[in-house]
Amino acid sequence: MIFTVIIPLILACFVPLLSKIKEKIHTGIFVFFIPFIIFLYFIQFIGSDFSPIAKTYKWIPSLGINLNFYLDGLSLLFVLLISGIGALVVLYSIYYLDKTERLGHFYVYLLMFMAAMLGVVLSDNVFVLYTFWELTSISSFLLIGYWHFNERSRYGALKSMLITIFGGLSMFGGFVLLSVVTGTTSIQSMIEQKDVILNSTYLPLILGFILLGAFTKSAQFPFHIWLPDAMEAPTPVSAYLHSATMVKAGLFLVARFSPIFSSYEWFFIIVSLAGIVTLCWGSYMAVRQTDLKAILAFSTISQLGMIMAMLGFGTKVAVFAAVFHILNHATFKGSLFMVAGIVDHETGTRDIRKLGGLVTFMPITATLALFGTFSMAGIPLPFLNGFYSKELFFESSLDLEGATTFASVLAQVIPYLAVFGSIFTFVYSIYLLFGTFAGKKHLDLLPKKPHEAPIGMLLSPFILVLGVVLIGLFPNLVNGTFLAHAAEAIKGAEIDQHIAFWHGFNTPLKMTLIVVGLGFLLVLTRKKWAGAYRVLPGKLSLNKLYDYILEKLDIVSQKVTQSYMTGSLRLYVAIILGVTLVVTFIVMLVTDGFNIQFDNLADVTIIEVSVVAIMIVAALATILAKNNVSAILILGVVGYGVAILFVLYRAPDLALTQLVIETVTVVLFLLCFRHMPKLRKRNETSGTKIVNIVISVGFGALMTLIGISAHSSKWFESISNYFIETSLKLGGGHNIVNVILVDMRGFDTLFEITVLGIAALAIFSLIKLKRGAK
Amino acid sequence: MYKPNDLILRTTTSVIAFILLGFAVYLLLAGHNSPGGGFVGGLMTASAIVLMYMSYGMEAVKKILPINFRTLIPIGLLIAVSTGIGSFVFNVPFLSHTFGHFTLPILGEVELATAMLFDMGVYVTVLGVTMTIILTIANDR
Repeated sequence: MIFTVIIPLILACFVPLLSKIKEKIHTGIFVFFIPFIIFLYFIQFIGSDFSPIAKTYKWIPSLGINLNFYLDGLSLLFVLLISGIGALVVLYSIYYLDKTERLGHFYVYLLMFMAAMLGVVLSDNVFVLYTFWELTSISSFLLIGYWHFNERSRYGALKSMLITIFGGLSMFGGFVLLSVVTGTTSIQSMIEQKDVILNSTYLPLILGFILLGAFTKSAQFPFHIWLPDAMEAPTPVSAYLHSATMVKAGLFLVARFSPIFSSYEWFFIIVSLAGIVTLCWGSYMAVRQTDLKAILAFSTISQLGMIMAMLGFGTKVAVFAAVFHILNHATFKGSLFMVAGIVDHETGTRDIRKLGGLVTFMPITATLALFGTFSMAGIPLPFLNGFYSKELFFESSLDLEGATTFASVLAQVIPYLAVFGSIFTFVYSIYLLFGTFAGKKHLDLLPKKPHEAPIGMLLSPFILVLGVVLIGLFPNLVNGTFLAHAAEAIKGAEIDQHIAFWHGFNTPLKMTLIVVGLGFLLVLTRKKWAGAYRVLPGKLSLNKLYDYILEKLDIVSQKVTQSYMTGSLRLYVAIILGVTLVVTFIVMLVTDGFNIQFDNLADVTIIEVSVVAIMIVAALATILAKNNVSAILILGVVGYGVAILFVLYRAPDLALTQLVIETVTVVLFLLCFRHMPKLRKRNETSGTKIVNIVISVGFGALMTLIGISAHSSKWFESISNYFIETSLKLGGGHNIVNVILVDMRGFDTLFEITVLGIAALAIFSLIKLKRGAK
Repeated sequence: MYKPNDLILRTTTSVIAFILLGFAVYLLLAGHNSPGGGFVGGLMTASAIVLMYMSYGMEAVKKILPINFRTLIPIGLLIAVSTGIGSFVFNVPFLSHTFGHFTLPILGEVELATAMLFDMGVYVTVLGVTMTIILTIANDR
């Protein structure tokens, strides 16, 4: 089973080589066999006696992350869709894409996507699933931006990337929580432990995170905005990713986890509500579009909403209908996208206002479109599969009940919303068909003279329409052997659903008749009520919100950064000292660190007091000095004062070094200041001055307090006794300081002289290598 | 052209420089047992040389002391590091020092410590560093 995931990835590496000979043979011909063989491999599993298969390959066993593959009915449905429609899309793309395009890139991305998608639906390990999930986001990003010289493509690619990765990351959070709660990374083991999950306090978080991932991927309201913009991709990509596979990854995720969550009330509320709102909004907005692919994009959104709602209902009928509709939608929507691509390819435009009367030029395309759109609209004819799943949808929407008030109100409202959404579905389906193929011809508006597409291009949509009709004629053919297993995997119980075209004159049929009747009325009077769009979406637009957020993020982050990264070193020092001051002070206060005691202090002599007094005066004078030479000289006074203190405290080595170093420093300062400009008066506001004074005084006070506290709280005996005792014995020297420096801690000294050496060489190169020097 | 007469400065320098150099060597050698050591010794030597530069000028001192002070930095570091590495020969950890008492022909009994060698490295480095910095900055026109 693993080879179906790995082989597309490996073969993707060879595609660039094959694309070198694309002048002779279209690269797609080689690629076509990959999904086709995978499809043939998986088709053997169809049968009424199918039972799940699990395989494990080690990846990171120490983290419990292994390539656990699990093929049950649900995965089987998806792998067949992915590989089957994948093969058809590759076939279609051979005729759609010219040999002048960058075919190597296209098929590498497509194969990468296919492998990732197969990985998503076959994974049993949540982290492996997440890995493949992100790979689908990335490859979809690459495919949407395939014509990257096009500004709209880049915009659409970025938008879909941001939204789906946002959802993907939150889903990852949900997975981490799940694996922490259950202690396993396998989805099947999680399903077995569903009581643990349902009793966990993290349950709302887990559900929210995972659903966020599913909703963004499946373009549910309000995250649907990326899908219409993703229509900038080449049409085979739209047909494959944005109708049949990737957008269903979210549905797959909800279906996969619904055995765990289905008994949780909020799962029903959130998923059904999101689905039904998406259904209504998507179908309502689709009528407004003028671009063929935009209509199809909003139609995809609304159909995904419908399936999502059914998964939310969670009843046996609903789950079965959801699975059935996933299959049906993939067939008719795939074919419709391909039809839209053909129209675009043969007339040069996708604008429905310019199209019309194409039936005389492209009769076969028109016929294919007829089946696709009628099936999408759910028109009650015995050879359209869309009708059956829509009937089941109506049926399932009728027997809902909620435990809480809110849920029961929702259950009451859902049938009406379902009918409302379906009416608009009917309207846009009919509009799509008749707007393109019937009515007046506008040949002068078309960039190309329309003609029928080549047979190879028609083959793929034909096969899909054949699927529509076959499932429509013999709905029970796929029922027991195939769909029942998938529904069983979602519901966790056996489902025996019989599909019949005529199921009595009951409520669902009445609902369908209402849909058809009102739909016709709306289609005929479309011009009269089209003004409604100026009221309801009107100026409100989620796209505008998205753009606004992105733009504001840019502006605000720039403003925030500019507010403190001013380039002024004075400000940075003030921030560093201020933050250190506040944080240290709070930490000291909270941990009760200030400890001030005045016992064990030495006596103060008059000499010490006078030296320190001189130093204080000199330090204050340094601050107030008006020119830099005097500031340095006065600072020298402080330095010599320190040397005297060293003498007083009996540190002759330090005193010697301090004296010489102070002299050298002062000399160096004087040497440098010859080149420096005079100190200038700073024009600072009194506010800044006060802040600076507060920070410096506070910092000094804090350091003093810390020093006193450190002295007051000696916890351990000093180790200096060891040095005193062993200096002569081990080091052979009477000068303890020197013995410490060169013997006991010679390592420090070694690097201190290295620092000096580096400093000297740095100064040398700084001065000798300045600009203009040879 | 008017040239200041710095006879007194030059005469005193020729005396003081030797005293300073001698004191510097004393600081270096006595460091192990009395205040002093390589660091102060190096600084003191440097100040003696700087004094010579100040009174006799660049050309004269360059003739007397034809040393490129920059090369003293790696030499000093090399001495210090090799005293550390030398301890490997005796199969002891890096920078292990030892000492012993020896009777030398003229000086009589003397205590010799390997730490002294390390201090020599410090001395040479500090001398090189100080002279490099001061000369580089002073020559910068």
